[in-house]
Amino acid sequence: MSASDNGAAPRGAGEGAPRGGRDQEPDPVAGADAPGATEGSYLSHRGVLSWIFTKDHKRIGLMYLVAVLGFFFVGGVLALAVLLELLSSAGRFFSSDTYNKLFTLHGAVMIFLFIIPLVPATLGNFFLPLMIGAKDVAFPKMNLASFHIYVVGAAILLYSIIASAMDTGWTFYTPYSTQTSTAVISATFGVFILGFSSVFTGLNFIVTVHKMRAPGMTWNRMPLFVWAIYATAVIQVLATPILAITLLLLIFERLFEVGIFNPAMGGDPVLYQHFFWFYSHPAVYIMILPGFGIISELITTHSRKRIFGYGAIALSSVAIAVISFLVWGHHMFVSGQSELAAMVFSFLTFAVAVPTAIKVFSWVATLYRGSIAFTTPMLYALAFLFLFTIGGLTGLFLGTLSVDVHLTDTYFVVAHFHYVMMGGTFIAFLGGLHHWWPKMTGKSYSEKWGKIACALVFIGFNVTFFSQFLLGTHGMPRRYHHYLPRFQTLHVLSTVGSQILALGLVIILVYLLHSLFRGARAGVNPWGGKSLEWATATPPGTHNFASQPTVSAGPYEFEEIDEREGEEKDEEKDEAEKGGER
Amino acid sequence: MITQATEEHGHPAHLEHHFSTPEQQKSAAKLGMWIFLATEILFFGGLFMAYGAFRYFYPGTFVAAHAYLSIPLGGLNTMILITSSLTMALAVRAAQLGDRKLLVRLLGLTLLLASGFLVVKGFEYSHKLHEGLLPGKYFSAKGIAGLPHIFFGIYFAMTGLHGVHVVAGMIVISWVLIRARQGRYSAEYYTPVENVGLYWHLVDLIWIFLFPLLYLVK
Repeated sequence: MSASDNGAAPRGAGEGAPRGGRDQEPDPVAGADAPGATEGSYLSHRGVLSWIFTKDHKRIGLMYLVAVLGFFFVGGVLALAVLLELLSSAGRFFSSDTYNKLFTLHGAVMIFLFIIPLVPATLGNFFLPLMIGAKDVAFPKMNLASFHIYVVGAAILLYSIIASAMDTGWTFYTPYSTQTSTAVISATFGVFILGFSSVFTGLNFIVTVHKMRAPGMTWNRMPLFVWAIYATAVIQVLATPILAITLLLLIFERLFEVGIFNPAMGGDPVLYQHFFWFYSHPAVYIMILPGFGIISELITTHSRKRIFGYGAIALSSVAIAVISFLVWGHHMFVSGQSELAAMVFSFLTFAVAVPTAIKVFSWVATLYRGSIAFTTPMLYALAFLFLFTIGGLTGLFLGTLSVDVHLTDTYFVVAHFHYVMMGGTFIAFLGGLHHWWPKMTGKSYSEKWGKIACALVFIGFNVTFFSQFLLGTHGMPRRYHHYLPRFQTLHVLSTVGSQILALGLVIILVYLLHSLFRGARAGVNPWGGKSLEWATATPPGTHNFASQPTVSAGPYEFEEIDEREGEEKDEEKDEAEKGGER
Repeated sequence: MITQATEEHGHPAHLEHHFSTPEQQKSAAKLGMWIFLATEILFFGGLFMAYGAFRYFYPGTFVAAHAYLSIPLGGLNTMILITSSLTMALAVRAAQLGDRKLLVRLLGLTLLLASGFLVVKGFEYSHKLHEGLLPGKYFSAKGIAGLPHIFFGIYFAMTGLHGVHVVAGMIVISWVLIRARQGRYSAEYYTPVENVGLYWHLVDLIWIFLFPLLYLVK
């Protein structure tokens, strides 16, 4: 095909023969371009300004990636500081005020700057148009504006961190947030600005999916990552305005002392919680749904088997988007809402677990009799299945009213949240990053170091947060600076785990950066993927495809399994005969 | 399916490169606008929710405090905004017909009515300022039963944010007006006029809910 065939694919040397379909132009896609087609790579433009003012969704995605990972570094350092401080039961390095600020900033940075834009704005921006065969998102200028607004919002939020920090926790609960002397107004204003960035991204993606699909790209042929990003975009667009008005009311309350959230003046602090969680619960699905989408792509591609239950997975994303708006009250079981409301919210919380479980079972069923390759992306997908299942099931503990009363505001909640957000979204993101890295950069990374780092992340993560589950069940309250000496062993374990986790992440950073400069050239389709992004050049050209692709089949039609299906059918026939005898 | 190479040449000036056809571009822009309007409705939805909660908590306050709002001025503003919606709708029709002169005139008239709304609102606000009918700690009027500082907090939050939207609407109407004078729109291409029109109708619609909820409490 071309010179890129010579480049070593990220699959390790010890992997055995490359699978069929590698670097071949996938059959279902007509008109996709060969590498080295007339057009230059999207990375061929030079100069800082050409990046800052680019309208190319791929370059905007990369800028988002750099920014988001930069903030992950900031939030991560804050987390390591918090955990180091917890080594001793009476604290060692920081005053209690500083400690309160540290965990607040860790939460605010990780939630608003890191994990909400993590997948949609980076991998979503880069691959959504590619996967549906579009030249760009529907509104490229708005996409760029989204990034610029993100930078401005982040700057305002970081300014408040430097100016006087905050000690409210990332939830800004009233009445404390209207009384503390710290920089609540500028911080919430920063988050308000960031909301526009999120809405712009979501709006853009919805319109892109509706209006920009290539000829033949029907809804039933869209990759599941696209379905997940679409469902996420719906939540982003419908939930974020509520956060905006909540934060404006909070700012209004602080400026004018209106009293709407202040019980001393006739207001209602629980109303604030309703407002806040009406956004922030759907927001956790903004965070996790794109991760689900990545996992669907990883599992099917790296086991070379058509996804089990395509329709069920696609529609469960939409079902989650809908139900996610109806469960916010489970954050308020002990805040004084009515018993009836608590029971209804508890029931709906269990209901949202159903579409989530449909996904998990479908992934496991996809693996069954697949041709599983233990590549780095696949290892992350398997890690995700393990970690997210723990995170998801412990969510049911918290959704159970009687159990929640004991576990509210303990480390159990902290551990649950990190298992779904870091063990879920972030692990899925890492899998997706490794899966698409060759396509995005044109370079291969070291598969060996990829696996080592994945193992370290997995072990480090579990040591850090499983010990927090134990702490929580033993009654350790969250956000406490000082704790009873009997909790110390588990706290030390958790801190040690965080260091292993950090080591794993540093290794990933090192070998990915190394691959940029020294990595072998990646092939057009190193994993033998069947969706459209693998049909274009590596790295893709400025306009994505040299000519308009047309689509005539679904995204997961893998040949190898098709060949094997004959054998399977024979076996099934045998089994059926046996069943008949019985 | 036409190829990319032919698209690059000989397409209408308003067609952006990443769209295949003007129809695709137009329907994308309209869908985008409707989704944006949905976000606006949810944004104000939060305020309506706060209104509902406090009216439920303190019905007496709402009845007592609303008497200090001027129904004639509020009613006048309602008339002004509804009329401006009519002129806006006629402007879209003028754009569809390709009547540039009429389009510019109707957009100008809409802009004038919007300014009229803000002038009346300004009179109302300055009166409130004078009487001390202000939100929260700035409330200083005497003799209103209940918790009027909350009522006026909600009143200023709702009408203030609506006012910000009126100003934003005036900015985008001015932008469309300038471009209409430059002859950028035709019977084939008038999407921005239509989208600005949709936005303006929403601003109008929100006021139609605000007026009875705040001024006509019983």
